[in-house]
Amino acid sequence: MKQLLILSGKGGTGKTTIASALIRLSNAKAYADCDVDAPNLHLIAGRNSAPVNKDYYGLPKAEINPERCIQCDACRQNCRFAAVLVENGYTVDPFACEGCGVCEFVCPVGAVSLNPAVAGKRMLYRDEETVFSTAQLKMGSGNSGLLVTEVKKQMTAAAPPDTKLAIIDGSPGIGCPVIASLSGVDLVLMVAEPSVSGISDMERIVKTAAKFGTKAVVCVNKYDTNPENTKEIETFCKEQGLPFVGKVPFDESVVKAVNSGRAITDINCKSGEVVKAIYHRIMKLLFDEGGE
Amino acid sequence: MKIAIPVDQKSLETNVCVSFGRAPYFLIYDTTTKESVFLDNGAAASTGGAGIKAAQAIVDSSADALLTPRCGENAANVLKVAGIKIYKTIGDSTGHNIDAFVAGKLPLLDEIHAGFHGHGGN
Amino acid sequence: MRIAVLSGKGGTGKTLVSVNLAAVAEKATYIDCDVEEPNGHLFFKPEDIREETVSIQIPIANETLCNGCRQCVDFCKFNALAYIRNKLIVFEDVCHSCGGCVLLCPQKALGEKERGIGKVQKGRSGNVDVHTGILNTGEASGVPIIKKLLDDNKDAPSAVTIIDCPPGSACVVMESIQDADYCVLVAEPTLFGVHNLNMVYELVRLFQKPFGVVLNKCLEGENPAEKLCLKKNIQILGRIPFDHALGMLNSNAKIAVRENKTYQTIFAKLLDTVAKEVYHETAPHS
Repeated sequence: MKQLLILSGKGGTGKTTIASALIRLSNAKAYADCDVDAPNLHLIAGRNSAPVNKDYYGLPKAEINPERCIQCDACRQNCRFAAVLVENGYTVDPFACEGCGVCEFVCPVGAVSLNPAVAGKRMLYRDEETVFSTAQLKMGSGNSGLLVTEVKKQMTAAAPPDTKLAIIDGSPGIGCPVIASLSGVDLVLMVAEPSVSGISDMERIVKTAAKFGTKAVVCVNKYDTNPENTKEIETFCKEQGLPFVGKVPFDESVVKAVNSGRAITDINCKSGEVVKAIYHRIMKLLFDEGGE
Repeated sequence: MKIAIPVDQKSLETNVCVSFGRAPYFLIYDTTTKESVFLDNGAAASTGGAGIKAAQAIVDSSADALLTPRCGENAANVLKVAGIKIYKTIGDSTGHNIDAFVAGKLPLLDEIHAGFHGHGGN
Repeated sequence: MRIAVLSGKGGTGKTLVSVNLAAVAEKATYIDCDVEEPNGHLFFKPEDIREETVSIQIPIANETLCNGCRQCVDFCKFNALAYIRNKLIVFEDVCHSCGGCVLLCPQKALGEKERGIGKVQKGRSGNVDVHTGILNTGEASGVPIIKKLLDDNKDAPSAVTIIDCPPGSACVVMESIQDADYCVLVAEPTLFGVHNLNMVYELVRLFQKPFGVVLNKCLEGENPAEKLCLKKNIQILGRIPFDHALGMLNSNAKIAVRENKTYQTIFAKLLDTVAKEVYHETAPHS
């Protein structure tokens, strides 16, 4: 099974829109949404069937037992995250608590305990032919490579044995979740936006992928909103030896397609045509010259 | 000589796990006595620093070498300080990799990735 | 007044709205709390920049005192410590700086040292004081930098402070809106936009912050984000039309209100609406 990961650095470049089109074009039997902070793929490539849900546990959170607490204030004084609140007795702010366990350690009467805390859930949609793995973090939970790893594991474990291609919608940014989503991937498609911020974010993610030795290709979305910056991205790719696989024009039909829950390749539109060409180039890179 | 391998299940027929730090188990195999022991990996569910904790467990098991498809920077540092060599596995089969190691056919793992780090511990 | 600008996902125009609201005010402070990808400074190109390193405390072991009991290794929930060959190793980028290991060491063998995780830059761009937080790549958490940015601004608040928050609804966003008087949520007219708007909507409600929505990239036809606002009775503060000229200015990192009168009018009106809302919310209820 080959894995294609779609990344963008900056949010809002059209990563999910392009991912959903590629899923449709390739009839991918396995796909996943690793943007666990703000998952959107299910809105457009989702299923009617109900998913199997599993709770995701992050770090445990402290709780103070009011019956045992003697209000000595040791926990509050030693908490570096200002997570111990004093209003009608001592309580812990679950959003500030990082689960370090210092309060539990300093409490002289054993009033503090660290308890498992649900930080989100992962979901698996599955029918006879395909699997779709996704997750949603709870508000205020820090993103973690662990959940991304779980989402990917869940996908590969459930994928039908004859799955040739898996498509993964990655997280924005360059942090830990992105690095976790890179593991085991055969090719990265970078969706760049022709803006000053978009270029600076793209350069950072290209560096990250290179560090892992993962092959990357680049396309520009909404290229005609700034042709000069698009040219700059093309030049950058040439210099870095990155294959440049296409320029998608700005297209008002994209909003219409998304709002009706369809992929842009399902309707007849100019952006869809370009994505089809991109798709063929990527397949060639993955399966003709893909190496091992 | 004792070697450690991250594995998916507690059996010699199991596959090598694609991840080191978050592998469910480690197989500790003694190439002289051919004895095998499976360790639960307490780091598998860590939100961060899994590689460090897993590497500590490998060190404590007194293995001499680790066979793995990939390994993070932090874990590699722990193993390096402990003098444990890291070899890159070839293919999924645990048995084949043990044989290849004994035959001296496994390469040293040189591409150490930058690690997933302790991000988002919250 | 402190106004936090948020959006459920990146690319909705959060920075566009923040930058232009600050630039259109007579005098303002713009604080970029999106420390992983701070982009506001690309627009403002501030001058006279002063820079300060932001540090956290991390443990350092005294090898002669350490007896290898490994209590600290077992205690650390973040797995930042290892004990190998009679030596304690601290993984600095994994450490959350909770101080637990220092507290519990029976031999008192652990002390602390400072470690830089990023920086805060302060400069000026015309009428705007620009404060930017920058997290070094590979660092665990931007919260200490956001804390520093907001603490520094506590004593000397200008008439208008605009806080450009990180995208999403994670802990860093909560930190950013904590002291805000009002929250502006920026939303796109797509199903994605609605889904993400809903997430930040839940967040600001949880924190009991007064808030309103700015609809960005408005096109002709149906706007699902607007529908959500009407359904949930959410105040719509303004609409920014989708327009190529604005997109071009923005993608070239130009500040629209400084380039073009039309945009100046749009954002001045928006700021005025927000100011009235803030006044209304903070006025004593008599």
